[in-house]
Amino acid sequence: MTSSDNNILSRWPTDRLLLWLLRGTAAIAGSIVLLIVLFLVLDALPALQHIGIARFFTDPSWHPAEHFYNLTPMLWGTLFATIGAVLVATPLGILSAVFCQYYAPPALGRLYRKLIELLAGIPSVVYGFWGLVVLVPLIGAIHPPGPSLLAGIVILTIMILPTIALMADASLASIPPQYLRGAAALGLPRWATIRGVVFPAAKSGLFTGVILGTGRAIGETMAILMVCGNVVQAPQSLFDPVRTLTANIALEMAYALGNHRAALFVSGLFLMGMIAALVGAADRISREKIYA
Amino acid sequence: MLNTLEPHPGGWERLATTFVWSAAALVTATFCWLLGDIIWHGLSHISWAFLTTPPRNAGREGGIGPILVSTLLILGVCLGVAVPLGVGTAVLLAEFTTDTSLFGRLTRRSLDVLSGVPSIVFGLFGNAFFCKTLGLGFSILSGGLTLACMVLPILIRSTEEGFRTVPTGYRLSAAALGLSRTTTLLYLLLPAAVPGLLVGLVLGVGRAIAETAALIFTSGYVDRMPQSLLDSGRALSVHIFDLSMNVSGGDSHAYASALVLIFALLAINGATSWLTKHWLSRRIVTV
Repeated sequence: MTSSDNNILSRWPTDRLLLWLLRGTAAIAGSIVLLIVLFLVLDALPALQHIGIARFFTDPSWHPAEHFYNLTPMLWGTLFATIGAVLVATPLGILSAVFCQYYAPPALGRLYRKLIELLAGIPSVVYGFWGLVVLVPLIGAIHPPGPSLLAGIVILTIMILPTIALMADASLASIPPQYLRGAAALGLPRWATIRGVVFPAAKSGLFTGVILGTGRAIGETMAILMVCGNVVQAPQSLFDPVRTLTANIALEMAYALGNHRAALFVSGLFLMGMIAALVGAADRISREKIYA
Repeated sequence: MLNTLEPHPGGWERLATTFVWSAAALVTATFCWLLGDIIWHGLSHISWAFLTTPPRNAGREGGIGPILVSTLLILGVCLGVAVPLGVGTAVLLAEFTTDTSLFGRLTRRSLDVLSGVPSIVFGLFGNAFFCKTLGLGFSILSGGLTLACMVLPILIRSTEEGFRTVPTGYRLSAAALGLSRTTTLLYLLLPAAVPGLLVGLVLGVGRAIAETAALIFTSGYVDRMPQSLLDSGRALSVHIFDLSMNVSGGDSHAYASALVLIFALLAINGATSWLTKHWLSRRIVTV
């Protein structure tokens, strides 16, 4: 093939120039992640030095003005909101994909897929706004105060559902058709085929979708900031307001100085760590394409 | 292809069918509720005056003229930086490296991670690097550059896809004719890969225009008409956020702004599907 690394046969000096130019752009593009980590670490360093990692978990509370930097309530907030949303969005998303592929008439299936794609494109601030003006008053009427973990879970569910559904749809579409024909020849009915043949065969794609959705849920900021109430506390029930790591950064960055600012960068590092772990997991899963 | 006849559907089959259809109905209903609500409340406020006049009284009255200008400027900076970088990287990954080379693998991996970085982290980074370290302050330039980092992975992935769909025969013929690889790239591969690039561009614009969290601490809140790229400018999404959270009584204009944003995204979305359908299908260049 022509795409070999160092084509020494090329007589053209422009080619060598071009190659170095392209390498330059790729080096810049590739090093942005390193730059991000570097700057997060640099700005987090004062906090890591003066406060130390342990105090982010053992301090009595999060009161940066009084030099208390306990991040655990925010970690709980992120954790509960993410787990809740993933638990609801996973079945809904996968069933949506199953609907598109196997249950809906072709025209309806196409229309439904279009709708999910549109849903995927709606900005988070619009979801947040809708949650704030429609969902929060609704929840408030059932069980005050309204801005709550539940509202956050519902909004996050709507937001990550398209990711899970579209990934699942793509992986269902790539199942070898002879699997389905074999199942049909055996006389398996529809759901039995889906449960016994389709799901095992599409396992890795389904998992990747869920992991990408989880990543999106962890990183989501604006929508969750607008509907969750942002009280720093470990939630006792679904109706308690919570504050997530991301919302904490968005809320306090505007006026944070010194150690406080550095502490926010530490929470940014936490987020990066979680995302890197998820990307690694998704990579592992998508590489071992096991068809059952 | 599936056995849909189900001569004797058992209990599980019927239950599963009910579940699948209700899941789809639930998602559709939520979507209609959301979109209907925003169109219903927003449409009456949208007028030419709303789109062109500056906001008054913290956005409760007036329009979104300067905000649209700031949004476009931020997008312009973002694309101006991201497109050359993205196309260059995509060309290198698709044409000048093998899949196994270390540099290619590292670049790809780092772009994978980049595409998963939460937007608020981009905001932190943009604030620390562009605003503080480079001294650009809260400005349209900082915001655009931050967004450029963010859309880069999307842009690169679909441009690379575009290059990979160009038949190998093109490259072999060009090499056989003794064309330099620069010539091959500029006159043969690039025109053939333009559709992929355009799709990436449209997806990138979609992501950039929807972004809020990365912009709050980079391009800022100022809602005046920007005089230069070093001025702070408020993006449309930040405007919606500010109106709904910090301005009491700003809901009606937040609705209208949200509708404008959704319209813009729908247009972009439509453009993507039109491009994929009408342009990607005829890839052969007729040079």
